[in-house]
Amino acid sequence: MKKYAILSLALFMPLFIIALMGGQGTEDEEVAEEKELKLVNYVLKAKRVNMEVVDHNKFEILQQKFKNAHTVTEACLSCHTERHTEIMETSHWKWERDEVLEGKGVVSLGKKNILNNFCIGVSGSEGTCTRCHIGYGWKDKSFDFTEKTNIDCLICHDNTGTYKKEKGSAGYPKASVNLNYVASNVGSPERENCGVCHFWGGGGNNVKHGDLDQAMLDCSREVDVHMTTDGENMSCIECHVTENHNITGKVFALSSENKNRVSCEQCHTEKPHGDNILDDHLCRIACQTCHIPYYARANPTKMIWDWSTAGRLDEEGHPMHQPDADGNHKYMSIKGHFIWDDNVTPEYFWFNGIANHQLIEDKIESVPVQMNSLDGSYKDKGFCKKSINPSKIWPVKVHRGRQIYDPVNNTLIQPKLWDKEKGEGAYWVDFDWGIAAQKGMDYLDLPYSGEYDFVETEMYWPLNHQVAPKEQSLKCIDCHTRKGGRLASLGDFYLPGRDHKAGIEIVGILLIISSLIGVLIHAVYRTISGKKYENNNYLNN
Amino acid sequence: MKKAYLYKAYERFWHWSQSTLVFILLITGFEIHSSYILIGYESAVAIHNITAWIFLVLTIFTIFWHITSGEWRQYLPTTVNLKAQIQFYVSGIFKNAPHPAGKTLLSKLNPLQRIVYGGLTVLVFPVMFLTGFMYYFFHFPMQGVELASLEVIAVLHTLGAFCIVAFVIVHLYLMTTGRTITSNFQAMVTGWEEIDEEDSMIIESEMAESARALIKSSNGKDRLKQPWKRKQKTVTEETLQD
Repeated sequence: MKKYAILSLALFMPLFIIALMGGQGTEDEEVAEEKELKLVNYVLKAKRVNMEVVDHNKFEILQQKFKNAHTVTEACLSCHTERHTEIMETSHWKWERDEVLEGKGVVSLGKKNILNNFCIGVSGSEGTCTRCHIGYGWKDKSFDFTEKTNIDCLICHDNTGTYKKEKGSAGYPKASVNLNYVASNVGSPERENCGVCHFWGGGGNNVKHGDLDQAMLDCSREVDVHMTTDGENMSCIECHVTENHNITGKVFALSSENKNRVSCEQCHTEKPHGDNILDDHLCRIACQTCHIPYYARANPTKMIWDWSTAGRLDEEGHPMHQPDADGNHKYMSIKGHFIWDDNVTPEYFWFNGIANHQLIEDKIESVPVQMNSLDGSYKDKGFCKKSINPSKIWPVKVHRGRQIYDPVNNTLIQPKLWDKEKGEGAYWVDFDWGIAAQKGMDYLDLPYSGEYDFVETEMYWPLNHQVAPKEQSLKCIDCHTRKGGRLASLGDFYLPGRDHKAGIEIVGILLIISSLIGVLIHAVYRTISGKKYENNNYLNN
Repeated sequence: MKKAYLYKAYERFWHWSQSTLVFILLITGFEIHSSYILIGYESAVAIHNITAWIFLVLTIFTIFWHITSGEWRQYLPTTVNLKAQIQFYVSGIFKNAPHPAGKTLLSKLNPLQRIVYGGLTVLVFPVMFLTGFMYYFFHFPMQGVELASLEVIAVLHTLGAFCIVAFVIVHLYLMTTGRTITSNFQAMVTGWEEIDEEDSMIIESEMAESARALIKSSNGKDRLKQPWKRKQKTVTEETLQD
């Protein structure tokens, strides 16, 4: 008996040791969680020295009765001289900037001229779209981008929360706004200032990004660990560090080059985990991939926009709205059908920080049309080609749509969507795609064949915001798993735990099974024959 | 029946620590390969990596031990008795025939053991170390030395692991084919194994041979500190002359 006890001990000892080591592993994790967050280039609010800032109420020039918004800008610039030169260099003002596109050279790109698969584009509809422009009066091509009093300082610097731009008024404020009150209470941009456009882009809350949402004005840690009002309560510009009005950060819906970006590493460093294996993942995996496990966690975002069904009017000939079960627009006569979703699992792509775009002049080469495409692959290690950084795996919101295009010229179409008046050809008023397409393309001096149809499109929005609490970040097994892992669609590399060679697996399993069977047969035969040949035992002889 | 001291303390320490490490590596390794979920992927990776380092250290010590003790010669492949050994496992064993290859100090392993253990040592383990550490250090394609893909090393590493599992199964079974079911196991625990008369005579002559050599080179006496010398004090010049 003792022999067998020793035997089984020898066999089970390794298992005990493993169990022991496994136990130690979890203790280490607990210790790691208590570790202080590693931060650079950032001072926690609790450790900051409160500074008294300038009190604009004391400036005489702001006490005057402002005739209109332009005179406020004049007053601002009388002290903050030359700031307009900084503003006029920004893409917030120009709605375009020079970007190098692969195969297309330097192109001036921006909201001004790029198409998306939401409201398609601003051209011809500036009167309503430029409600999100930091200026006054951009109603058509005649807008003077060199006139400094056209700048709207207040939309970004209002700290009262009372400054609102009027709908369909080319960026002018509502008549109800008390300009004296607002001008006397200005300061650094708060979340509300950025959010009014960046949360509401595309005509509703969280429509476009999926990770920028009015919930971030006052949210829990579950929604956003950085901006939560229960915690660090950061404003946008704490990360989007701004100097001379150049706000860092860019979204690849509009931009292309890997420059002027904001990164997690700027504060969290390139080795934030205190664990070599996790830190090594940073070589090829964006922080966002694990730390934004789902997007649209507070409010739903638009996933699909089908323009082709737009234009159905009710019995009286009026445009209509139909909500879905959650109260989001399911159908709008002016825009077509939508599908919304919340707590969405991102799609994952290799991305090296370089995007390309389907420009309005570009021929459609494949369907679905890639409105913007993210460059990158496993083999792109950065130094060998366009980007200085290796491609990383990024979580992306893919917005899918069906929108108007010209099947003869094989290009996308910029329709004229908005106008104040009926009869100007704006689709949202007159509901005639043909005329809207003609008007829109004429406005841009681009050819239109007179025929239109709808084409499927895809647009890629890398996710950056609404970082989840660390407990909710992805675990190893979310990707390192045979079936249904997060990276199941990225087939250009070998991922341990996900991939295996079927042939090797079969060879290996056959090897094990045949060993077992062989041993078993041998043992059985040995037992039986052992009795038969008992007398033959030379030891007993 | 006589007993002979076949497995020295370091050999036994090596054998058992290596078997423990191999068990740990197999269990965690196949979890990393997603063959099953047992202790969690993160823990499996952490344990696998630590164990690999320990295994590397043990292996370096063991190589050193084998070279300095000359025991590496035990693993030199031979065809002597190879056929007989195979025949023994295929038929002789069922008829309670004697083991064809006797165990002696200079040849503790039968010809099949020599080939299999030798093969593990010079082929499978080095490949596992090499691919394992490439996996560890070059898991992401980065600047400097880099791999175009993990695929080749991952596949080799997996194949090696399957071979080791098969080895473990057969090895555990063959362990029971000694003189009695547990005699091989006991030998690897205590170092002492029962051997038959014929082999014990060979062992004695081997010892005598060594002792003679020892005595001849009495100047080098202090340098030769063979364990058997301490255990077998009875073998001296006088007993040899009897």
